[in-house]
Amino acid sequence: MAKVLIPTPLRKFTADQVSFETNASTVFLAIKYLAAAFPEIQKYLFDENGQIRNFILIYLGDEYNNVLDKEKTVLSSNDELSIIPAIAGGKK
Amino acid sequence: MKELVFTPKALFDVHRHLISSYPHEGCGFLYGKIRNRKEVLEVRKVINQNTENPEHAFEISGIDYVKAERYALENDLDFLGIYHSHTNHPAVPSEHDLIYALPNFSYIIVSVIKGEIAATSSWILSESNKFIQEQVLEFEEQEITNL
Repeated sequence: MAKVLIPTPLRKFTADQVSFETNASTVFLAIKYLAAAFPEIQKYLFDENGQIRNFILIYLGDEYNNVLDKEKTVLSSNDELSIIPAIAGGKK
Repeated sequence: MKELVFTPKALFDVHRHLISSYPHEGCGFLYGKIRNRKEVLEVRKVINQNTENPEHAFEISGIDYVKAERYALENDLDFLGIYHSHTNHPAVPSEHDLIYALPNFSYIIVSVIKGEIAATSSWILSESNKFIQEQVLEFEEQEITNL
């Protein structure tokens, strides 16, 4: 099964579970299944159109999996996905 | 008010990093343990990837964030939050800070005025999506020996 690593700030919504294992066939479906298992995380991952939010990046191993690729990138059983919140800010 | 307590070395490392980054904004990660209060035991600086406007903003790359999460897991530490500086500006969150803020993370903001530390504050996002201030403390000397 593929593994999805949950970022620390969102673990409150997964009962402190660090990762989620799934047999989803694509990157997008893996994230969908995670949100189905833990509904409170849904609003942080998906926008009102059901798409992964712009502020959320998905890495497959160490590689960034961009928006266009999420739906067609096929997962294999040893893959590891990381959900990455965009981190930015500053005085202006 | 919730408390975020630093070892003197961790707070010193944050301040030293942000002074050296001046006049650019600097940023990094906070690690430690969550007990009856959040304890910052270690900090790790990271490159500000904002090259267009580094005097006014910071940005952390996705791969640096992946590594930060791995570091916490591999070292049995809690990943507590993010620190960054506001140069020649107060240590209060901006609208830009709020847009990117995440629940459950502490956000340390350090005001660096003319290259010197002016103030240090900590903020956490409320359920109504507003920043609430946390108290920034340092461990007492006798507490450090028990860590």
